Amino acid sequence: MLNKLQQLGAATIGTIQGLGRASLMLFGALWGRPRPVKAWPLYVKQFYVVGVLSLLIILVSGLFIGMVLALQGYTVLAKFGAEQMLGPLVALSLLRELGPVVTALLFAGRAGSALTAEIGLMKATEQLSSMEMMAVDPLRRIIAPRFWAGVICMPLLALIFNAVGILGGHLVGVDWLGVDGGGYWSAMQANVDFYDDIVNGIIKSAVFAFIVTVIALHKGFDAIPTSEGISQATTQTVVTASLAVLGFDFILTAVMFGG
Amino acid sequence: MTTRKLEVIVGAFVAIAIAALLLLALKVANTGVTGSDETYKLLAKFENIGGLKVRSPVKVGGVVVGRVSDIQLDPESFQPIVTLEINASYSNFPETSSLAILTSGLLGEQYIGLQAGFVDETVTILKNGDYVENTKGAIVLEELIGQFLFNRGNS
Repeated sequence: MLNKLQQLGAATIGTIQGLGRASLMLFGALWGRPRPVKAWPLYVKQFYVVGVLSLLIILVSGLFIGMVLALQGYTVLAKFGAEQMLGPLVALSLLRELGPVVTALLFAGRAGSALTAEIGLMKATEQLSSMEMMAVDPLRRIIAPRFWAGVICMPLLALIFNAVGILGGHLVGVDWLGVDGGGYWSAMQANVDFYDDIVNGIIKSAVFAFIVTVIALHKGFDAIPTSEGISQATTQTVVTASLAVLGFDFILTAVMFGG
Repeated sequence: MTTRKLEVIVGAFVAIAIAALLLLALKVANTGVTGSDETYKLLAKFENIGGLKVRSPVKVGGVVVGRVSDIQLDPESFQPIVTLEINASYSNFPETSSLAILTSGLLGEQYIGLQAGFVDETVTILKNGDYVENTKGAIVLEELIGQFLFNRGNS
């Protein structure tokens, strides 16, 4: 009984300490005057690694999810003779939910795990401490570029995901299943609102970007500097980030579209 | 890789993302009769607006000429007041025009049908802020069934 209580207490304290260390890390990385000119190559490199290299998986998954949505939606809508609502179905489910959420999950797996492993290995090979010895702040040099790259790239990736998904839905719905092409777009235009749907989707993916990137950076920065510790940290990044994204998605959906 | 090459690739990535946003904004979202287009406002009182919502379309013979921009309740007569934003290129409706809340299809969304009225010397053209007097509210299915049953009972 007492042991269980102690475990609960230890877990709670551990979580709060982790949150505190993550905030301190973020604060240290973002506080102070940024030096964009001097650090520009570092930022560009991270935009490339985090954003551009994730592009392929986002394009392929967006296309296929749009195609599957159109295929599944068509079978149900055809029963009610409402095939012309296929456009709004595909567009709204992508813009409001699937775009931000699936992008965040893929991003956590593709870029988040890589960030954790990279920083964890830097810590294990004592690159971070040697930087500190040379009076280079590792938070500003390592963490800050990766943070900004993640936070800026993920909403862009989500936008690309949405656009490709809607085109994929068009491919299956119009070119294969024979829904009227004009109806696909016009019903979509009648039902999708720029601020309610598109902008809210972008806000969602910006929140997810922050969550996923901070978790990935924190887990790497906080990893136990052994090979086992890094493998644990990488797993934890994917699991924690995915769960956090799904949880926050529910809250954001309830606030934005719940009433 | 050199920084320049990386910059080019990142630039292309951002350009693709902006293109995606443009596609979403222009092709997917509703950029119909709103935004920068010139509009003027008409007001109308209805008995019952049924399922009419803000942004519902206003149609003349099936052509969308405007949208509902606001729905309020008149605090004195307890009647809903609907504000319509009509595209300025359709600015010559006479004051004898009538409005009716209609439903597209059996289960579709509700919209406002505008029926242009007759014109002679005594009839003026509707201007910004005018009230359309001749209105017909939404048909409530329950009332219709009630009326039908009542009439059956009488005969």
